Amino acid sequence: MELSTALVLNAVIAGLLLGGFYAAVSVGVSISFGMLDVVNIAHPAFIILGSYIAYIANERLGVDPILASVLLSPLFFALGAVIYRVYYLCFERRGQESLRGLAFFFGILFITEVALVLVFGVDYRMVRAAYSDTTWRLGFLDFPLRLVVPFVVSVAMVLAVEAFLARTFFGRAVLAVAQDALALRLMGVNTLRVKEFAFALSIATAGVAGAILIVIQPVQPAMGREYIGLVFAVCVLGGLGSVRGALAGAFVLGLAESFTSTFAGPSWAPAVSFGLLLATLALRPAGLFGR
Amino acid sequence: MQRLVTWFAGALAALILACAAHAQQPPLRIGFGMSLTGPLAGNGKAALIAMDIWKDDVNAKGGILGRKVEFVYYDDQTSPSTVPSIYSKLLDVDKVDLVVSGYGTNVIAPAMPIMMQRNMCFMGLFGLNVNSKFNYERYFQIMPSGPDPAIGWTQGYFDTAMGLNPKPKTIALVGADAEYPALALAGAREQVKKTGLQVVYDKTYPPNTVDYAPIVRAIQATNPDLVYVASYPPDSAGIIRAANEIGLKAQMFGGGMVGPQFASLKSQLGPLLNGIVNYESYAPDVASKFPSIEPFLEKYQERAKKEGVDPLGFYLPPFAYAMMQVLEQAIKATGGVDQQKLADYIHRSDFITYVGRVRFGKNGEWAHPRMLAVQYHGITGNELDQWRKPGHVTVLAPAEYRTGAVAVPFQDNRK
Repeated sequence: MELSTALVLNAVIAGLLLGGFYAAVSVGVSISFGMLDVVNIAHPAFIILGSYIAYIANERLGVDPILASVLLSPLFFALGAVIYRVYYLCFERRGQESLRGLAFFFGILFITEVALVLVFGVDYRMVRAAYSDTTWRLGFLDFPLRLVVPFVVSVAMVLAVEAFLARTFFGRAVLAVAQDALALRLMGVNTLRVKEFAFALSIATAGVAGAILIVIQPVQPAMGREYIGLVFAVCVLGGLGSVRGALAGAFVLGLAESFTSTFAGPSWAPAVSFGLLLATLALRPAGLFGR
Repeated sequence: MQRLVTWFAGALAALILACAAHAQQPPLRIGFGMSLTGPLAGNGKAALIAMDIWKDDVNAKGGILGRKVEFVYYDDQTSPSTVPSIYSKLLDVDKVDLVVSGYGTNVIAPAMPIMMQRNMCFMGLFGLNVNSKFNYERYFQIMPSGPDPAIGWTQGYFDTAMGLNPKPKTIALVGADAEYPALALAGAREQVKKTGLQVVYDKTYPPNTVDYAPIVRAIQATNPDLVYVASYPPDSAGIIRAANEIGLKAQMFGGGMVGPQFASLKSQLGPLLNGIVNYESYAPDVASKFPSIEPFLEKYQERAKKEGVDPLGFYLPPFAYAMMQVLEQAIKATGGVDQQKLADYIHRSDFITYVGRVRFGKNGEWAHPRMLAVQYHGITGNELDQWRKPGHVTVLAPAEYRTGAVAVPFQDNRK
């Protein structure tokens, strides 16, 4: 493949846009897995649930899928709060969160998939947004709005979560729980409420990520499993528990995939991405932004 | 009076005996795995509806050889790894009389070793070139890709391309890292050798790829005359959208994309399909050549609507029904389910089915290819109803079904 300025710059743009999508699907896992030690293996299923909710809003009401997901994010937040409360009462409180908790989330993954199959059937679903088929061209650079809009929303969401965690009292409490929950309890803080809030926030991000996914490509109920490896890889690469790390990890993997696809062949992309992950972990075991 | 009573008693006894004999006939049990969840579940469910329609039709006429037909099936989850255990259970535990395959190459290939071990006559539903390595004489396949499937599958695309003036010189080949695309690309490479085209791009991509823009851009950088794509539905949608976003320029684009045949992608992609040359197994534009398909589709579409699967059903359901018609005719003609007799009969006979007259070659594939190479055009908006009528699909090959000439270059069809 001949190296040309147009190809290189377009590969950079494609990589960043793809990284935006990866960040959206990974930020929730970064919170639940990285900060709360909750191995929410069902996170991709909530993303797909978000896709279908956006699909209904778009198909039946004609609402923009991403706007619908933002408006409906309190619903996902509430769902996350309920799930965490059940998880806490059944597993975490009894100290059985490791293996049984994992089985619990696997169960939720399968139940969500089956429920989606029963309600929506097994066909691929896609949405139509005003910007779906529009591409902005700047000289030889292409900016497909199907990817640009999700990128903007994703980055805004990740930065908002980062700002919330860093600058608000409740956000700092979440970070404190991630560091030492026992110390926080000794200081009289209700850590259950803090963790419940943080987990609910992670599920709310999954709802928005789902809308982003269905804007980018067609979705079917079992699709979430394809992203399990990817979202955990992004979080580990960026550093567990670091939201800005998830963003950086997503961009690194997005760029690696884009450059490999363009210049070496797309079948090498997973090998290069995960090779990069291994190399990063060898040099910096805590990940790019891990402590 | 006494004679009348005697006659009546005799008739009653005969009727009771006949009913008893009929009641003793065990059902004819046909087993299979089918993709009811997973990426290809949409096709699997559509095929199942068609097979159910066949079963109901047959049972309404009293069954086959006086035996009612029953299905025993399991969800293979579109995963090849589940297939061997499903067929072992069907044969060893459920003790079915016959087996047929689920949908697609990925789930047919892993069933083959078991079929060969048990000497079962095995009807395949849309497997591409599965028997090329097994050479199993009791394997038959209903997809009309012809006696040399690798070549036959791509024949329409390459015949159309090489008929262009000036002749194309270069080609880009791209497909997913999966069973079907690998076999389709192998066929395309054979065609490339035969036609003397120069390959400027030949790559595969992982099935969970999200953004296809870098791939399409890399293809565009090689400036090919032809682009041949072998893909599954989500990648087909991604590649078509990326081609639209980047403004791909080529004489012909398409080939072996799974997805544009289905209602969901037809309606969702809408005008983005204009200009694409791909394959279809049926289009309303050739309805007069297949008079049984439209009445069948009416029945199918009614059920499909309720079950939320492909509301058109052009691609797979008529062939799923035809597969069962072949089996039905063979069972009736041989008088039972002797696997050797069934296989021998299917090899030497012609079958009148909803998808036309079928004859199988030595390797169990159709003796003559009849997959349609088509070009989409004039599609406006995303309304599904426009696909129900003729006028948006030009059939390019085979010659006996041809309805028009290809419009090139690809990008001019999108203006």
